[in-house]
Amino acid sequence: MTEENENKNTISVDATAVKKAPAKKKDKQLPVIDFDRFKTSRSYAAARKRTDGFMKGLIVLAFVIACVPLVSVLWSSIAEGVKRLNLNFLSFNMTGVIGGMPTPSGGYGGVLHAIIGTLEITLGAMVISVPIGLMCAVYLVEYAARGNKFAKSISLLVDVMSGIPSIVAGLFAYSMFAIIGGPGTINGFEGSVALSLLMIPTVVKTSEEMLKIVPHDLREASYALGVSKQRTITKIVLRTALPGIVSGVILAIARVIGETAPLLMTAGYATFTNVNLFSGEMTTLPVYVYQQYILRVTCRPGMDGCVDTIPMERSWAAALVLIIIVLVLNLIGRIVARVFAVKSDR
Amino acid sequence: MSSQEKTADLSSPKNTGKTGDVVFKTIAYAAGTLILVTLAAVFLFLLFQAWPLIGGDQSKVTAQIESFIPAAHNFWQYVGPLAFGTVLVSLLSLILAFFVSIGIALFISHYAPKKLATGLSYVVDLLAAIPSVIYGLWGGLVLVPAIGPFWNWVAKYLGWTYIFQGPAADPSRTVATVAVVLAVMILPIITSVSRDIFMQTPRLQQEAAIGLGATKWEMIKLAVLPFGKSGIISASMLGLGRALGETMAVLMILSPGYLYSFKLLQASQNMTIAANIAAQYPEADQQYGVPILIGTGLVLFVITFLVNFVARKITEKANV
Amino acid sequence: MRKNLFIRSVAAVSGIVMLASLAACGDNTSAGSNSASKNTETEKISGNFAGAGASSQQAAVDAWIDGYRSIQSGAKVTYNPTGSGAGVTTFLSGATAWAGSDKALGDDEVTKSEAVCTSGTAFDVPVYISPIAVVFNLKGISDAGKHINLDAETIAKIFDGKITKWNDPAIADQNKDLTLPSTDIKVVHRSDKSGTTQNFVSYFKDVAPDAWPYDLSENWPNNVGQGAAKTSGVVSTVSQADGTIGYADFSAVGKLGTVAVKVGDNYNEISAEAGSKVIEDSQLDDSVKGDNRVVVKINHETTAEGAYPIVLVSYDIACPAYKDANTAKFVKSWLTYVTSDEGQQTASSAAGSAPLPKNIYEKVQKSIEAIKTK
Repeated sequence: MTEENENKNTISVDATAVKKAPAKKKDKQLPVIDFDRFKTSRSYAAARKRTDGFMKGLIVLAFVIACVPLVSVLWSSIAEGVKRLNLNFLSFNMTGVIGGMPTPSGGYGGVLHAIIGTLEITLGAMVISVPIGLMCAVYLVEYAARGNKFAKSISLLVDVMSGIPSIVAGLFAYSMFAIIGGPGTINGFEGSVALSLLMIPTVVKTSEEMLKIVPHDLREASYALGVSKQRTITKIVLRTALPGIVSGVILAIARVIGETAPLLMTAGYATFTNVNLFSGEMTTLPVYVYQQYILRVTCRPGMDGCVDTIPMERSWAAALVLIIIVLVLNLIGRIVARVFAVKSDR
Repeated sequence: MSSQEKTADLSSPKNTGKTGDVVFKTIAYAAGTLILVTLAAVFLFLLFQAWPLIGGDQSKVTAQIESFIPAAHNFWQYVGPLAFGTVLVSLLSLILAFFVSIGIALFISHYAPKKLATGLSYVVDLLAAIPSVIYGLWGGLVLVPAIGPFWNWVAKYLGWTYIFQGPAADPSRTVATVAVVLAVMILPIITSVSRDIFMQTPRLQQEAAIGLGATKWEMIKLAVLPFGKSGIISASMLGLGRALGETMAVLMILSPGYLYSFKLLQASQNMTIAANIAAQYPEADQQYGVPILIGTGLVLFVITFLVNFVARKITEKANV
Repeated sequence: MRKNLFIRSVAAVSGIVMLASLAACGDNTSAGSNSASKNTETEKISGNFAGAGASSQQAAVDAWIDGYRSIQSGAKVTYNPTGSGAGVTTFLSGATAWAGSDKALGDDEVTKSEAVCTSGTAFDVPVYISPIAVVFNLKGISDAGKHINLDAETIAKIFDGKITKWNDPAIADQNKDLTLPSTDIKVVHRSDKSGTTQNFVSYFKDVAPDAWPYDLSENWPNNVGQGAAKTSGVVSTVSQADGTIGYADFSAVGKLGTVAVKVGDNYNEISAEAGSKVIEDSQLDDSVKGDNRVVVKINHETTAEGAYPIVLVSYDIACPAYKDANTAKFVKSWLTYVTSDEGQQTASSAAGSAPLPKNIYEKVQKSIEAIKTK
């Protein structure tokens, strides 16, 4: 129940079908209703009505209060971000950018290197965590017997793992590579390892749910035909659950793609385009946002075209690029989930 | 699927299928085990890297710690205020976010018209995916200047309480502001989890309450909230976990201090473990500085481990 | 259908990978950089070379890397502004060709460097002299582009919380032509360990020891005002409120007001040249261990005309010999370029740093000559 609930923030649209099943269990737990409280009496009814209106007001107020900062975050990212977001910004890196001066191409530096770094590091994290997470889910759903102690402790630890602070994941990857490659080792793959630590629990949980909703009839039909368990899982179960798993993975990616802290210490900081994941420093978009946030430039007389506030503008523009990437990934995940949703409940 | 027709003959199951079965099962089992191994590895690697703290030259460790905070002379004195700051900021943000989130979740599940509710849940899910660095950017550049007058007002009228003691720092790079930003960050998480729970409340119970003449709020109080209690707790713990480990937003906003202080409106009072690691890491020396920071990371790991573990236990109990 | 989806997603992924490998460009190269016609007689150096260290140097190093490309177009130079501490550690592990640091090497670091340098020990040369600005934000003064005049004692007292109002007589007496508001002074200082802090307070220690009772340290010593992380934190905090005062590297001050500091009988405003003058009037530290080292003892009590006494001297740390002759050649030519007139001017216009004065330059040149390239 719990792990399912915790997961709902990542897979909610497609999982409506599941909700009915666990809800039934709950029927046992009927609330004790104090019927005397509903005795009618004019003043009492008015008081109840007032409470009702008051609570409604509070709930709507909570909603309005929450909207203010959230709208402000989105609005400032968009309003500030579009100032510098153009083709030049997307097609150059930060080499040869001096202070607030324009580059020979007329721009003020860009995020090409950070976009490439983001894609490669995230892809690396995906390559590590998807097989592990998926197989772990297969074990939990298909192989582990009900009430198996080992499986229980695994699913408990997956829960715990999903709470690992991202900076600890970064420290872990840093420590691991320091032991393997000597102190101070920094490369993109190290970042991938850190991110995969954050990604595995999400993948396990979403895959687990998707596997659980594959109807048992399908498995039984397959066994009845004499198909081996492995083939049943790969050809029937996984294939049926594939769209759900894909959308879960996409949402997990959207989650780790914005991680900053672990990459600060593992992937380093580069102004140039580095396409080699396994050697040299790499910059990702969130790290770029932070690096620009802590950068200050000063314009002095005689510097033509110099812009004082350029680091902040680059920071906002990169933030907007990041938001767009995250939103697009989310959208794709949801569309995949909706279009190919398993029709289980019938 | 044509190949499977052959295997339908039960008397002679294909040998290859059996081998594949064993291999596949082993892989699945290994993947499950890997989770255990990874968690153990996180702990062991961190412990190994932090070892100089215990096994190294203690005078150098002390010297290094004193170079971080002159007032601290050993590791526990160093990590103490940081752990305090971490817990303080996270709890504050949880308090701020909790009621608002429950409110929004109820609004979406029980008050808003269906079309609006679908749209809103979608937006909430999207907001949960916005990277923390963007919240940090927003907090540092937009919120800090904007919220200053409000804190001044609070300090003026609530200054008699110890925690809101004035004068409010200007600019307000304070624990109070950071807690607001973290609350905004964990709000979508708590909301989306509790909304899902509220929506699962059995229809029959709700209709029964209404049928007995309960008002909408009474129905929520009688049917929805008791049903969702364990879910709400686990959602809050999830939010708390995220707030405890949050690095960037704190790093980009808070004016750090290393005190056991509850003065929420004043600058340079507290700092969190995660943000402190990110802030000190670049200038820390490899021999003793980094091990000390990794040691604090280990403490953070243990704190979040406990929070998650307890949350899990609570919800398990409630579910039985 | 399902297979199709799988194939399609594989295709999409490989498409992204291909895109990435094709896009290995995006460098902002200046128009004249590829010609390399200027120095045809110099030996060509090619390869990738990395440095790491002080973040204060970042603006200058960015400009140097760009300028250096016009001399050695084959050499790809990168600099990671990790911070002085991390920079020196990385250098001592042999991963980088040189390190940038806001402070001179310690004795044990010099000893340790024997392991990395094939012969001799590492040395440091000043490459980046940056004035440290005392920045403030005060309605009616700084936003009108006006400076404020202060002597060392007053600044020390402000930062020690002894002077708390902008119209305190101690400040007003030195600024007769300004009408100062009664705003509270909000002190902003670095919360992290920093060479800037150490250089800044060492100025108080030398010039106004009575007003500054604390020991020298890279940490801020008292609890006055707000702490802020890194130079950028100080600058943002100062600019986000009225009545703030802080200190920051001159390259990062942006549009904030700066304090003119009393030297002799005059108040000198901050500028690159003014920073140069105090170094010209300073001595080298002869007590340092190791050969070829050029460590400046800043003469804060200078009375040289037009000098600005609060400066940060940032060093480049290199070996006299490297395992790889190519690296040695690069380091030699890099340091030669960086310390040359051209290099110093480039940094000065990009980061507002003070050019190396002649007397120091000669010493630096001797040390660089000592790098063995064979």
